[in-house]
Amino acid sequence: METLDVDAIRKDFPILKRKMNGKRLVYLDSAATSQKPIQVIKTICDYYKEQNANIHRGLYQLSADATERYVDSKRRLAKFINASEMQEIVYVRNATEAINLVAYAWGAQNVQKGDRILLTELEHHSNIVPWMELARRKGAVLEYAKMDDKVAHVDMGDFMEKIEKRPKIVAFAHMSNVLGTINNVKEMTKAAHKNGATVLVDGAQSAPHMKVDVREIDCDFFALSGHKMLAPMGIGALYGKRQILEDMEPFLTGGDMIKSVHYHSYEKNELPWKFEAGTPNVEGGLAFTAAIDYLEGLGMDKVRQHEKEVTKYAIEELGKVKGVKIYGPGMEEIERRGGVVSFSVDKVHPHDVSQILGEEGIAIRAGHHCAMPLVTERLGEAALSRFSFYIYNKSDEVDKAIRALKKVRRIFRV
Amino acid sequence: MNIYAEEIISHYEHPHNKGKIANASVDFHEYNPTCGDDITVYLDIRDGKVRDAKFDGQGCAISMASASMLTDEIKGKSMAELEKTGVKELIELIGIDPGPARLKCATLSLKAIKKALFLYQHKEVDDSTKEL
Repeated sequence: METLDVDAIRKDFPILKRKMNGKRLVYLDSAATSQKPIQVIKTICDYYKEQNANIHRGLYQLSADATERYVDSKRRLAKFINASEMQEIVYVRNATEAINLVAYAWGAQNVQKGDRILLTELEHHSNIVPWMELARRKGAVLEYAKMDDKVAHVDMGDFMEKIEKRPKIVAFAHMSNVLGTINNVKEMTKAAHKNGATVLVDGAQSAPHMKVDVREIDCDFFALSGHKMLAPMGIGALYGKRQILEDMEPFLTGGDMIKSVHYHSYEKNELPWKFEAGTPNVEGGLAFTAAIDYLEGLGMDKVRQHEKEVTKYAIEELGKVKGVKIYGPGMEEIERRGGVVSFSVDKVHPHDVSQILGEEGIAIRAGHHCAMPLVTERLGEAALSRFSFYIYNKSDEVDKAIRALKKVRRIFRV
Repeated sequence: MNIYAEEIISHYEHPHNKGKIANASVDFHEYNPTCGDDITVYLDIRDGKVRDAKFDGQGCAISMASASMLTDEIKGKSMAELEKTGVKELIELIGIDPGPARLKCATLSLKAIKKALFLYQHKEVDDSTKEL
């Protein structure tokens, strides 16, 4: 008995019927972006066929309906991550933009010269560069909590030591896009709060794959990208605790984020609109609702369970291939590891691995995974190959990828 | 199309001219951050001709095999001949079409060699390296 009815799920994803080089597509790159079910694709088409109008403007039915559905999509997302209310959901393009919003708007008001900003060594570029820029603008000090190499987790001893130096903000990934490491974000948040820090959790890799409860984590900000969780590209969200968002100045300014404008002054709009200047991605919001409906229809606990099974299988099978080295938490830590498996093949560059798998119709990622400091400086690799899984992946796709890896080894005579 | 031709794999396994030249006339380091291919070329130039060429570094099969073949090819060539070598000549030399996704891997060593020659002649790098 399978956790998810993957065959039924696959029927909802038209792209999975595609052939690449005459072979059925095996898509193992969902950590980069997920594929989209027909329900999401149809929502976008229907919106433009039947409902397109700008929101918050027209007094006609089309505009009123579009506005209502857009607002409703925020209510759905708020419920999905257990935020208190839709006022805490700011739509942005993606998690990167969400983090930039905080680094600029919150950072401008709250970070001073000499203040500390604490990250971890496991972060994606999107959770490094905005803070680096904030540190540069303000003369603040950027610090990284170390990774414990043995377990591929944040070294909690080092984290605690650095937290006690009372950074202004602490930002860390819920789940590493390279190692799959799932951080104990609740414990990290609690320690940060105890030491007076504000906490941002980068949930780009967690929100698509497990039940997220922002109130249980108690983080101040949570960033996510829609396109990694069945929604289209160009829609993402920043969750922020209401009082913190209320106290923040706007980020981008212009139409829609105002209540009134005069020649020399303006009045800010209410949350969450205060942070959404200009015409938003309405289609994206509506499609986000369809994506959440789809995921909730499956049940996030089942999604997580399914990915755990596929990941476990992949680690077991990869481990049997000669010359393959797997990175990230080991099998005994499967509970704290998400559905990404990075690896190297001895004497073969990851781009060659990826190219040969590509010729077999198997889409995997090779490179530094937008986490260059972690991959090149901490793991000491120029690049890594990566499988990443989602609701539509089956263990026989892992088998296909493993067979292709054996072909890689034959071609390279290793 | 199989880009992993026997000759590519063979050069990757056993690269020619791998290493450094002590007291080289010029050396140049080139790096492709997107894939991590990293190469340094060393040229020994006398009387306007390349007497010896070596390379050091690490990268994918395409970048390393291409560097191996190219350093073989340029020995004995004049600087004027090297200036005329472009993408077309390189692809003929390596005998495979790397395709758009891997072209940068194939041309990395040529780019390094071209820039080394500019440096050697105390000239500004011109647009001829842009296509590489």
